Amino acid sequence: MNGRIVSDMRFLSLGDRALTVEYASGFDPQARKAVIALDEAIREAREAGSLSGILDVAPTFRSLTVHYDPLQINQASLKASLMDLARPSSSEREPNTTLWRLPVCYGGSFGPDLPDLVADTGLSEADVIELHSSIEVSVHMLGFLPGFAFMGDIAEPLRKPRRQEPRLRVPPGSVAVADRLTAIYPWESPGGWHLIGACPVPLFFAEEAKPTLFEPGDRVRFEPVTKSQFEGLKQQLNRAELSPQSFRKTK
Amino acid sequence: MTATDGHIRISAAGPLTTVQDFGRLHLRRLGIPSAGTLCPDWLQLGNALLGNPADAAALEFRLMGPSFTVEVDDMQAVVAGPAELRIDGADGARRIKPWTVVKLSRGDDVTVGSVSRGTVALLCVSGGVATPPVLGSRATYSRAGLGGLQGRSLQIGDLVPIGSAIPKDTLSLPDVDDPTDQPIRVILGPQADHFSNEQIGIFLSESFFVTTNVDRMGMRLEGPKLKHRTAALSEIVSDGIVPGAVQVPGTGNPIVLLADGQTVGGYPKIATVISADLPRLGRLAPGTLVSFSAVTVREAEDALERHQTWLRTMIASAGSAIEIGDVDLRLLYETNLVSGAVNGTEETE
Repeated sequence: MNGRIVSDMRFLSLGDRALTVEYASGFDPQARKAVIALDEAIREAREAGSLSGILDVAPTFRSLTVHYDPLQINQASLKASLMDLARPSSSEREPNTTLWRLPVCYGGSFGPDLPDLVADTGLSEADVIELHSSIEVSVHMLGFLPGFAFMGDIAEPLRKPRRQEPRLRVPPGSVAVADRLTAIYPWESPGGWHLIGACPVPLFFAEEAKPTLFEPGDRVRFEPVTKSQFEGLKQQLNRAELSPQSFRKTK
Repeated sequence: MTATDGHIRISAAGPLTTVQDFGRLHLRRLGIPSAGTLCPDWLQLGNALLGNPADAAALEFRLMGPSFTVEVDDMQAVVAGPAELRIDGADGARRIKPWTVVKLSRGDDVTVGSVSRGTVALLCVSGGVATPPVLGSRATYSRAGLGGLQGRSLQIGDLVPIGSAIPKDTLSLPDVDDPTDQPIRVILGPQADHFSNEQIGIFLSESFFVTTNVDRMGMRLEGPKLKHRTAALSEIVSDGIVPGAVQVPGTGNPIVLLADGQTVGGYPKIATVISADLPRLGRLAPGTLVSFSAVTVREAEDALERHQTWLRTMIASAGSAIEIGDVDLRLLYETNLVSGAVNGTEETE
């Protein structure tokens, strides 16, 4: 871990039942690495039976928030334990090996904002699709909606601020971009990102112990498919002839 | 407690009645808010009076409770919070005070009255509300259709399953103190440094109004507008948030997040309400004035210990319930009519 990141590290109280370990105030690849390493270190420590009282660990772009039960552990001792883990004692880990290859049908009625993106970049539609699908992105964090993954970073030419007027209804499965990020909407919801396509794979399963397809740290690559391939996959997924897990590739 | 003995049939749902327990405390990592009751302290007390496990699910209601018909042979119920019960049964009509366990029989028509102080209260039932747990909890999170009855608030005609329980002695508590005039204690931060000391001083010394823009997701306050050090400091790259976090967006009007609040947010948080005081805040009625005082983490932890001790003392003080048939129903309730669920407390992606 980089020395600057360590010296910028701050512990921030988020009330009396959560503690945020912050590595940077902005987007920063080094901070991301530090977050992933700390997440992994905490996971290992908990598996080894230490750090009792922790309820949940939620990584974000630049920080990680530890939620705990204040009746089991006080913040000062939690902080002391995390301090040891947050130091770069061990080598940089490459812990998460999950890679998802997810089909996306770009454009048409699924991607009403694709023409604007084509116009803004001056590229062809095929080039825009190629730019979005050729880069492997990481799941930086989940939030906004259950299972909504903030993924990045996308190719520079595709970066565009959010829409001034968010749409009131974005259909579930919509693949969208905003700034350096891309996402798939797991639910119908309001949304201000630019819609460029749709993915047939469901992202949330309320009945399963692990209810979301993604986990922070996962990597994702999009694969362009035709409308008829999309419909075929959707049908197979609906009929449970195909499992969402079948899109998981281990690197 | 999944075995059900029967159900209650909802004849009037009230403006916002949901099944709640302590919520899902382990899934923020996956973007799933905890949900759970705004009144965990009262849920604990209500369940203790009934001899339920502390986390048995109950019906949380806003402003006014539900009406229902009992379709189970025997059950007990108690209102945890300032609302009365009216029971029309074979023995005539009865009115039951808050915090008093009552036996109900098949065919009884029950009306839970208005919340007479604040806006939120609970109806706890013996055996707990026995809707199926989802992701480890029965708490309703309607935004994603999780938990409760089909993931939504109650409607007319709903059958709410009630867990089976062995009848206990009926207990009651004297009125439970819920001071609304004492400052809400906060821990400053995590982004208090986005504000000058002068602005933090204003936040801690002035009073704020609870607006009608309040729901289970959050509560918008109005008062002196809080200024960030610079315009750029009115936003952050999103980080983790919790119920109790006091966000200050560019408008300068604070938003306090509550149980259904999102898991990450892009507004700086000037402070976070301490666990011991969050239920008291979440219950405040629109129009109420609220002020904040800063404490250290250590002081917040001590306050939580004292809050737990207070709960234990209350439980120990429960006495035998004397059912009084002629308690006057207050005719005039505080008429802070909230416009229902408001969408103003969350961010959109």
